[in-house]
Formats: sequence, C-alpha cells, structure tokens
Amino acid sequence: MKLSLGPLLYYWSREDTFAFYEAAAGWPVDAVYLGETVCSRRHTLRLPDWFSLAEKLAAAGKAVVLSSQALIESESDLKQLRKIARNGRFLVEANDFGAVRLLAEAGVPFVAGPTLNAYNPDTLALLHELGAVRWVPPVEMPARMLAAMPVPAGMATELFAYGRLPLAFSARCFTARHYNLQKDDCQFKCLDHPDGLTLRTREGAAFLTLNGIQTQSARIYSLAHRLDELRAAGVTWLRLSPQSQRMAQVVAVFHELITGTLAPAEAPARLARLMPGEPCDGYWLGQAGLDWQPERAAALQS
Amino acid sequence: MPALLELICPAGSLPALKAAVDGGADGVYLGFKNNTNARNFSGLNFDDAAIAAGVDYAHGKGRKVLLALNTYPQPGEVARWQQAVDRAAELKLDAVILADPGLMAYAVKRHPDLRLHLSVQGSATSYEAINFYRERFNIQRAVLPRVLSLAQVETVASNTEVELELFGFGGLCVMVEGRCLLSSYATGDSPNTCGVCSPAHAVRWQQTPKGMESRLNGVLIDRYADDEKAGYPTLCKGRFEVQGETYYALEEPTSLNTLALLPEMARLGIAAIKIEGRQRSPAYVAQVTGVWRAAIDAVKRDAEAYRVEPAWHSQLDRVSEGSMHTLGAYYRPWK
Repeated sequence: MKLSLGPLLYYWSREDTFAFYEAAAGWPVDAVYLGETVCSRRHTLRLPDWFSLAEKLAAAGKAVVLSSQALIESESDLKQLRKIARNGRFLVEANDFGAVRLLAEAGVPFVAGPTLNAYNPDTLALLHELGAVRWVPPVEMPARMLAAMPVPAGMATELFAYGRLPLAFSARCFTARHYNLQKDDCQFKCLDHPDGLTLRTREGAAFLTLNGIQTQSARIYSLAHRLDELRAAGVTWLRLSPQSQRMAQVVAVFHELITGTLAPAEAPARLARLMPGEPCDGYWLGQAGLDWQPERAAALQS
Repeated sequence: MPALLELICPAGSLPALKAAVDGGADGVYLGFKNNTNARNFSGLNFDDAAIAAGVDYAHGKGRKVLLALNTYPQPGEVARWQQAVDRAAELKLDAVILADPGLMAYAVKRHPDLRLHLSVQGSATSYEAINFYRERFNIQRAVLPRVLSLAQVETVASNTEVELELFGFGGLCVMVEGRCLLSSYATGDSPNTCGVCSPAHAVRWQQTPKGMESRLNGVLIDRYADDEKAGYPTLCKGRFEVQGETYYALEEPTSLNTLALLPEMARLGIAAIKIEGRQRSPAYVAQVTGVWRAAIDAVKRDAEAYRVEPAWHSQLDRVSEGSMHTLGAYYRPWK
C-alpha cells in the first residue's frame, strides 16, 4: 500500500502553500499531487510556481503528479490545461474528459481522477486503453462495487481515503455568494477560510463545507480503520487530502498503519484528535456518505 | 439543413408524451422504469407497451423520440443498460441520450446507425470534452450542463461540429450535472448511480412548534414559518446557516427560464432547447410546451422583432417551482 498527498483543494497564501509543500517533502508519502483543481481565479501560485515545486518534490524523491481543473469553462482554462497536459515531464491527473482527450493525443500515461465517473469495467478499460495507469474511483463508490470492478493489468487503484469529500462543482462561487460578492469580484475570500466555510443545518449540525465553487462534506471521510477491506478490494494507493493543520501527523498515522506499526482498530482514536471535524465512512459501506459506523464491516460481495 | 431550436420536451408518462406532441414539441425524451435514467421515480416512465405506443404516436405526427439512458452502469448490472440500448435500436428511436463512455462504446459497436446524444450528466463543459466524445463515439449532439455563460457557449459552438442542446426551462441544477454527490452524501442515493436526487423515500415532513420542517434522511433541509409555502426538500435549495447567517446558501428554489435569451441562442445556432420536468404532470407539459412553441416560432419568424410576451410569463409562473425565475449561469452575475 502506498500513500499519496492529494491536490490542495483550498486556497492558501503563497507563503503557506510553499511552507506546506516544503514540509511535505519530508513526509512519508510516495506521491504528491500538485496544482489548482477547483477555481481558475486562484493565483497565489501560478503554473511556473507549481512546476518549480514539482521539481523540488521530485528531487526529494516524491512521485509528482500534476492535477488539473475539474470544471473547465473558459478558453483560458483550456490554455492552462494544455500546458499541463503537454508538460513533457510529470504525470498528469485528468479530472475532465477534455483533459483525457489532450493526454491521449499526446500519447502520455495519466491518472484518471475521481470526477471522470468510472463506475463500470467498460469505462475503466477504455480509460486504460487511452493511457490511464492509475484511477481514482468516484468518492461515492462503495466497497462492494469497487471489489466487483475488474481492473486492467498495469492499472493501479487509488482511493480517496482521508479528508473532506469533494461532493459537487458549480459555476457559482458559494464563498463569494456568502459575502454577497460577484464571482468576478470575489476579493479572494477563500484565503480567509483555509479549510473552507462550514455550512450548518438550521439546528446547528455541520453538514457541508463551502470551498469556492466546490461543495465538500463537513465530515472528514476516513477509511484508516478499514485497511484490510481496502486491500481486499484491490486498493494499492491511499489518497490523503490536505488540511491546513496537523497534516504531518495525519500522514504519520497512515504511515504507521500501512507499515503495520498501528493496528487499524486504533486509527480512529488517533485521527479524531487531528481532524477538523467529525468523521464519516458511509460511502464505503454503501450508505449515506455522512454515516459513521466504524464497527460495521463493509460487504465486499453483492 | 442543421437543426435549429428544436423544442425537446419531457415525457414522464404516455399522457405527458401526448401533451408534448399535441402542444408542438419537435421531440420528446423519456426513460424506462428503472435506474437506467436520471428520473427514476416511482409511478413515472415507460414500460415496453407504453414506449411502443408513445413511439407510434410521436412518429405518426413526425416528431422525434429520444431515450434517456443517462445514469452510470455499474459492475454486474451493465447488461440492463446495454439491453436498453438494444431496445432503443429495435424501436427505431431517434436517439439515445448517454452519459457513460463505456455504454457509448457498446452502442457504437452494436448499433452503428443509432444516433447518440451526450447527456448533461456527462458533464462536458468544453469543446475539448465534447470533441472527445465526437472522435471516439461519433456523438451528434451534446446537452450542456447549466454552468456556462452564453459567451462561453459561443466558444464551444464555434469549436465543434457537434450540435448543442441547452436547457431552456424548468428545475435548475446549481451544480454541474454528473458531478454532484450531495444527494448520496445525505441519503445514499445519487443521480449517477440511482437516477435520483433528494429521493422521496428519504423525505420526512413534520409540523413542530418552530414551524414545518422538511428533512432528508434526518438532515434538516428547511423549516417554514406558518406564512411560508413549504417546498420539496431538494438538498441544494434548502436554507442553511453559514457563519451565523441563515439563507439559501446554495440556491433559491427557482426555475430556469431563458425565454429572453432565445434570439441569442438562435444566433449561436443552438440545435435544441430542452425543457426539464419528466417528473411533472401532463398539464405542466402541455402548458410549458405551448408557451415555448409560440416563443420559438416567434424568434424563427423574426428574431429582431422578438419580445417575450407577458402572457407567456404568467402562464409559466402558474406551473413553476417556487414561482421565481432565473437566467441561471447564462447570465454572468448569477455566478
């Protein structure tokens, strides 16, 4: 089992972003995903900055993957996407079929990201044929569906295993909307919310997280206690999604877990102190994503 | 001549299909009674006999019938979607509306003459994505997610041979279709896998001292004062609290209405306008189809003289969700 540090989904200052990845260079993760995947207005790091970070992390021994935007709207989004697809050096994560087209055309291997909606063997085989060497299932995919997927030889399965779940994308920016601002004049309010903006029900329950045009879960998806089920379902990479605080400790817990020095049953107590919210694991069980039933075993067969 | 502003109307039942055809729809779209389509609601959709009758009726009047197969097939059940494609070919339907590339590959191989449309659930928002489906599967038309401004639609239109279909009226998804998992996060059922959003089986209403409450699988979606009209708890259209402020944090309960944009859509060469609402009644379909038929005829007659008639608005207001209208993402400040 390998660990990857997923793309940074939030918008941080330039200093904080560089500091985060400088630290990450020393963490026990095998791969690091870099780049802006959520909003084209975010620019504290430009593409050349991401490329230089990529070089530094590669020099530190990390397998670097350049991730790409999930929602492509404008010609300038496409320009950015083409530069990433044709970078000629690093593996790219495609999060849209426009990216798949460009990568297949360039004839380079790629990672098929979670928003490509590979829900069945035929689509997965097609992605493999087009050059995907690794795939990330849709985050809602339950254990029994994943276990039933025949994964092509030479293709690895990476699962979103820790962090707030990216649930939806919109043309609308919900952070700007909260501040009664137009998206085109958002004043970069995302910078004030390094782990997003919590949306609560009218009775105070934390339900969702507003992160610009992306809507995430308020709960933290965590499958650390399910390491044996993950292995049985064919998962070989665990994706850990960045949070602004205590990420190093989160990575350490997962590292102890996959190297066998931490028992899976003990992971929830360790992680509870490190999470910026309550945990959930419902998607893996085939239930509502927000459910948390750590004691319950996932069905690995239909 | 390429298609221009075809009116494509929803048919959740045979009576709705007839209402659409009688009201002047150029085409209707419908689904089977299972999770192969994104309106998998009980009491809705077509069994084999109904679909055959519907095809006879529509084709008899020279109108098209499109089959929505726009959910994602899942391991062990792929055959259900493939059989639906086979059935569409047997029934000589005018097109199938697909979201899943694997299913498109099957359709092209087995039924090379069957016309393919890319569903809005395929989340293709750029010409690069649309041209991917064109090159691989020869799709003839793409339904665009309700996220692009008209200027962005124009860029797409000028960079692809694929016909474009835009949503014109009805329930408004604020999220990119095909990339929204809010429903499964709260209830376990998503549009992608189950063909439902905020499913009825998860809905509970309860009168409380604080007002009428609507819940989805226990999650409070909204609470209504006595003088407020309670709406269906579609997850993204509830009132929530963010930093101490309670409001429609994602979207108001509005309907999309783009009547005012028709001349611009004609100028861009948009092939078809889609009306949302397979879950709505035949009376709704009749009302909406009639108004849109009149509007499209008017714009085709003389785009410069085209004006939205006040009577059209009042007729649509009577059937709209929340009685409020928006231009949605087509109008940039909405974002």
